[in-house]
Amino acid sequence: MKDRPSVMDLPDLPKGELPAHLELQRTRVVCAADAPSYTESVQYSGAYMAFGVDNSLRLEDFKKSFKVEVKYINDDDMEFDMIGIDAALANAFRRILLAEVPTMAIEKVFIANNTSVIQDEVLAHRLGMIPIKADPRHFEYKADDENANEKNTIVFKLNVVCTRKGDRVNNASVKSEQLIWLPEGSEMPFDTKTKFTAFGCGQDKLPEFASSPICSQYPDITIAKLRPGQAIELECHAIKGIGKTHAKWSPVATARYRMHPEIVLTEVLEDDLAEELVAKCPAKVFDIEDLGKGRKGVKAARPRDCTLCRECVRGEDWEKRVSLRRLKEHFIFTIESTGSLPPNVLFTEAIKILIDKCQRIIAELS
Amino acid sequence: MDHGGPAPPEPVTYLCGDCGADNTLKPGDVIQCRECGYRILYKKRTRRIVQFEAR
Repeated sequence: MKDRPSVMDLPDLPKGELPAHLELQRTRVVCAADAPSYTESVQYSGAYMAFGVDNSLRLEDFKKSFKVEVKYINDDDMEFDMIGIDAALANAFRRILLAEVPTMAIEKVFIANNTSVIQDEVLAHRLGMIPIKADPRHFEYKADDENANEKNTIVFKLNVVCTRKGDRVNNASVKSEQLIWLPEGSEMPFDTKTKFTAFGCGQDKLPEFASSPICSQYPDITIAKLRPGQAIELECHAIKGIGKTHAKWSPVATARYRMHPEIVLTEVLEDDLAEELVAKCPAKVFDIEDLGKGRKGVKAARPRDCTLCRECVRGEDWEKRVSLRRLKEHFIFTIESTGSLPPNVLFTEAIKILIDKCQRIIAELS
Repeated sequence: MDHGGPAPPEPVTYLCGDCGADNTLKPGDVIQCRECGYRILYKKRTRRIVQFEAR
């Protein structure tokens, strides 16, 4: 750091705050043209004892400083800022969303007939990947030796025959909307051992599904393609599971985060240099600013759009003029749901799972 | 997942190798398509249920 102060300039007694260069290292990742530095987060509570600064993490401080700001949200996607949280926790939420929040997915496929060109195994695999519109919280996990019942299994049937009608070909492609939900359970119970009998009650009579029938989240997923004379007849059983077991149970298309970019101009850039900087940035982060008297300045108008391409610090002398950083404790979190639950509910489910894990640890330790 | 024991000989449906028409044959019948006279017939896939894991 060029602005690192000399030891002689430091005060004799600690002032209870960190000198600027240490505060920068603690709260920012500095992205130079070659590599980022200060990427680690300082965990040790006594790390800054010499300056009279307490670095310990306290629940009260966290409660005071932690903030969530939702930037946009709809049924499928969501972006929000998490401010004042360590990368370890933000990453824990991301990993739980990907691998440990349950959904329903087709696990067993009973194929009675399949004369299409797609092989039985491949067809079964394709069916497994179809997102199912059913709230997994209404279901229980099914143990291997357990019989299927209306609390742990959703049954669909698919019965398609491709025929030629004059010039037209019916059912040339099989779509996910042709999967028919069987709320009463399997229609081939002898083979699948899946007649729902426990309560003598079909799933469509249960209050949670009476108003919203279970189906595929998207009606237009192509399952297979048929030619006249070919047919598919099968039954699929969807059960509850988590993404750790198989990605088909992952409730998110992706959940990701990035640290908030911070761009500081360390020199005053005018006219030609200002124009050059605006042109350098492919993400259009910088704007020309009118300084009056015909002079042009530059400002980082949209730091959130920065993709960390580091074009602005590349080239001779540019690293001296622009300082590109990321805020270590400010995360821009994006969740793309596959549809079983809205993204905000997915995140609260992820938090509940983390709480459960912590309680399990506490119980084991005590 | 077995479907019963030995059953009396039933008419079985075959597919013509040329025109694709369904042909029902009993034991002793001439192996020939009724539509086009083609002499190669294919057996259909059985309706026996096979279980797959969707993975």
